Amino acid sequence: MKYFMSGNEAVARGLYEADVRVGSAYPGTPSTEIFENLHKYERIYHEWAPNEKVATEVAYGASIAGVRAVAAMKHVGLNVAADPLFTAAYNGVGRGFVIISADDPSMHSSQNEQDNRHYARAAKVPMFEPSDSQECIDMLREAFDVSERFDIPVLFRMTTRVSHSRSLVEYSEPLNLEPFPYSRNPRKFIAAPANAMVHRVELEEKLKGLAQYSETSPFNVIEKRGNKVGVISAGGAMLIAKEVFPEDTSFLKLGFTHPLPMNMIRGFAESVETLYVIEELDPFMEEQIRAAGINCIGKDVVPLMYELNPTLLREALTGEEIASHEVNAQAIPRPPVLCPGCPHRGFFYTLSKRKNVIIAGDIGCYTLGGSPPLSALDSCICMGAGFTLAMGMAKAFEQFGEKKTIFGVLGDSTFFHSGITGAIEILYNKGNVIPVVLDNTITSMTGQQDNPGTGYTLMGEIADIVSMEAIFRAVGYKKIFNVDPQDLDAMNRTIDEAIVCKEPCAIIVRRPCVLIKRIKHERALCVVDRDKCKSCRRCLAVGCPAVFFKDGKATIDPNLCVGCTVCMQVCPFDAISKEEA
Amino acid sequence: MNNDVRTIVLAGVGGQGTILVSRVLTTALIDAGYDVKMSEIHGMAQRGGSVSTTVRYGKKVESPLVGKGAADILVAFEQMEAVRSTPVLKKDGIIIVNDYKIMPLPVASGKAEYPDNYIEELSKVFRVIAFNAGQAAIELGNARVMNIILLGAMVEAFEMGRLDWDSALEKQVPPRYLDINRKAFELGRSMARADNK
Repeated sequence: MKYFMSGNEAVARGLYEADVRVGSAYPGTPSTEIFENLHKYERIYHEWAPNEKVATEVAYGASIAGVRAVAAMKHVGLNVAADPLFTAAYNGVGRGFVIISADDPSMHSSQNEQDNRHYARAAKVPMFEPSDSQECIDMLREAFDVSERFDIPVLFRMTTRVSHSRSLVEYSEPLNLEPFPYSRNPRKFIAAPANAMVHRVELEEKLKGLAQYSETSPFNVIEKRGNKVGVISAGGAMLIAKEVFPEDTSFLKLGFTHPLPMNMIRGFAESVETLYVIEELDPFMEEQIRAAGINCIGKDVVPLMYELNPTLLREALTGEEIASHEVNAQAIPRPPVLCPGCPHRGFFYTLSKRKNVIIAGDIGCYTLGGSPPLSALDSCICMGAGFTLAMGMAKAFEQFGEKKTIFGVLGDSTFFHSGITGAIEILYNKGNVIPVVLDNTITSMTGQQDNPGTGYTLMGEIADIVSMEAIFRAVGYKKIFNVDPQDLDAMNRTIDEAIVCKEPCAIIVRRPCVLIKRIKHERALCVVDRDKCKSCRRCLAVGCPAVFFKDGKATIDPNLCVGCTVCMQVCPFDAISKEEA
Repeated sequence: MNNDVRTIVLAGVGGQGTILVSRVLTTALIDAGYDVKMSEIHGMAQRGGSVSTTVRYGKKVESPLVGKGAADILVAFEQMEAVRSTPVLKKDGIIIVNDYKIMPLPVASGKAEYPDNYIEELSKVFRVIAFNAGQAAIELGNARVMNIILLGAMVEAFEMGRLDWDSALEKQVPPRYLDINRKAFELGRSMARADNK
């Protein structure tokens, strides 16, 4: 029986087959569906952690205690989790421990395009790179074996197209392992300098063993066809290379890419006249291969940036542009926008009307508040930076006596992820910043995952909601404003009061995301009275996809409108009214 | 290599039902014994952005995605998305386009105009089968089966009629909607046939 599944679904299956018992992750495109598919496998405890560092530490703890464990995240999540990764590499594991990183070439849903293969070298850990869904299953089993055999965490590196492409897979019989009996081992698991000095030496020895393993790994395979052209490739790029190079090309297909099998590579290079190294993003393998004195063609022709595809590779290799038909028409960009009824709209609309404000934003749906016509963000860098970037800006403006009102803005999930430390920073170091949490009671951009503010765990249990009001109070904020962003008068009043507040204050802007399925949302419909409409276009400034102009007057698409009334509240001529849906 | 591999691209706007079409399509292809790969871009689709799905099938498929000048057929659920995706088509590629407009924000906010000549311009270069599948779906009794009408048109235009579509629909469509989806599929086929005359 064959199953047609995405790379992420296959990873979930692979974790089950490898008898993983504890998994922790933070949602992030393109990795999210891995953990969303774990509910199919009852024996695996799985959770959304507040952030990737927590997830990695939880999984590592489970490994130390004696069960196979996994942490999963998107590429930038591994930056957050880098701290435990680097030291876990020294200390080694209990039962197998795998960290899954899903990179996003072309930044389909990301703030950068970092190539996380470099983490394998920097942290000195072994790495697997699957190219399709079957390999996601098969390599995971091997990855856990390698982790246990060499006593080291393993990096499992995916990319958007591996995660989100579907292909046919076959299952294997799942393993049923005994846990390793736990006993305290301070020399191994206490990373004090005296132990670390020893671990440091052991790690280099482990890497030598892993380099030998790499030469004979079942996932590093030579497919010898001709003697003229040879291609070394890995991951998703491998499939593209196979599609593009002619029939008589020989391939060295690498699935285990750190440490590289340098003897195998050398032998392969000697067996062909011309050697290509085909990689997506950075010349990770190529630089190592060149450093070993092996000549090859790589990034001198293959693009360094963005996702690779067969056409791009063909053009890179031949130097000829592949013609596509020119149509005498242009498509207008269709940027993602805040949904009709999105609770963030009222907040950003209110701030978009203010002068002399700075709004440091963050990662989430609310990043869209920076797009026209709202255009109400000054910055967005990484999770948590909404509060802390605002802090730095406030201190800089103070140096010049510049008077600005500075808002640090992030969402509920981001607050629990890495906003709390920023809230402490602002209070303790006396920042002239108003921290704002846009609490839509879900982690929405990645597809409505639960977080410590929602009251449910990933496994569907009811949990005590962590109160952000209580956190702000405990930190020392004296005044915490609560406001419904859909009430624009209240939203305006709250901003006014917060600006003049003499005590440290924070704002919690709360209304559930309209996409949350378990909530029964009030639905209504806003309609325009075309006689009353004076075509002032004020309603267009809220940036709602349901509101547009037709024949010179405002019009509301009844298929999109949910009746949030934000447009109605901004209309100066009462031309918009609310009806029952 | 892989000269027998064929490529279908589905393009639309988040929420238009491209996912069900890709499911029915890949089910029929897999049941017919093809190797199939499919690649989709999610992410921000839920927020009104463009969505695109690539389905490739043949004896052995390597890459799940293609670049420009590589697809055999484009099924566009919306006019502008047809225009946006045309670079992916081969010179003799076919376009099935839903004669329907969804205003992107620059148009809705008055910063740009939605052109009226898209289908005309596409027809100058490609074989285009254009009809209002949304209206046809409403007339059939359920606006949502627009997607399956387009699938039917594609099957006819791309001469894929010998696959077992009835079984694929049965496997992927909830039982209570099966009947209307079967009708929608047949309607799409007949609309493409009428276009061919």
